[in-house]
Amino acid sequence: MIGFFWNILLALAWVALTGNFGGLNFTFGFALGYAVLAIAQTQLPAIRGYAQRIPRVLRFVGFFILELVKANLKVAFDILTPPWHMQPGVIAYPLSAKTEFEITMVANFISLTPGTLSLDVSNDNRVLFIHAMFLQDEKKLLAELNEVERRLLEVLR
Amino acid sequence: MTEILVSALLLMGAALMLLAAIGIIRLPDLPTRMHATTKSGALGTALIMIAVAFYFAEVAVVTRALAIIAFIILTAPVAAHVIGRAGYFVGVPLWEGTIKDDLKTSYDPETHYLRSGFEEDAPKKPAASKKTVKAKAKPKR
Repeated sequence: MIGFFWNILLALAWVALTGNFGGLNFTFGFALGYAVLAIAQTQLPAIRGYAQRIPRVLRFVGFFILELVKANLKVAFDILTPPWHMQPGVIAYPLSAKTEFEITMVANFISLTPGTLSLDVSNDNRVLFIHAMFLQDEKKLLAELNEVERRLLEVLR
Repeated sequence: MTEILVSALLLMGAALMLLAAIGIIRLPDLPTRMHATTKSGALGTALIMIAVAFYFAEVAVVTRALAIIAFIILTAPVAAHVIGRAGYFVGVPLWEGTIKDDLKTSYDPETHYLRSGFEEDAPKKPAASKKTVKAKAKPKR
């Protein structure tokens, strides 16, 4: 996070020094700042690992959009065809996210994937209770949720 | 070319919203209805805003469209979670086709305490209250 602020600061410095306040120039300054931070991060412990983070974020976004579309089609099919294929139920999903921020983000993204809706977190923050629409194969669903969480935590940590 | 792209995106977004509306009418109980509305609604809005961004192709419009998508993606699941949770704990009945309910067995309606089922393998205090958990988590941040 600190790295991101530094990057914006560097971009602002670039914009101020060149005197051109356009969005394109800001983007260019941001790219320059990114390169500078990528070189400097080996010396500065505060921003270590910042440069590796942006590709990770992009990969997560791509993965998540794919999941979103796939699962949306599944739910859409069930809504539009007369017989119900769904087998809804509430399952307990053991979290590997620890802090409250991480749990919030994980719960949010699980809610965003169609077919799963986070209902509540246990009082000791270790289990997320999820309402799932397709419980035909609970093991497989848990594995998929685990995949989403693992990739999200990779971005956040 | 952009004309076709914009039309396709708008149509897909509108179709998703229609789907959400049909879902509200057709689906049998509260949580499943929340499934239909939040996801299809959010994705539908996102597609329409992307179409808007492509159509105008100006910095001012694109940034606003992106901001709208970001805020919808941040708020829609929170709203769905709060409505679904409130509905569940108030006692709205689930559909009779519901095959499993793990939450019912771990929830204590008297104390509103929600067990995780992992209390036994917690290192020291088995019934850790929320306050102690918070205190433990703080130094890590």
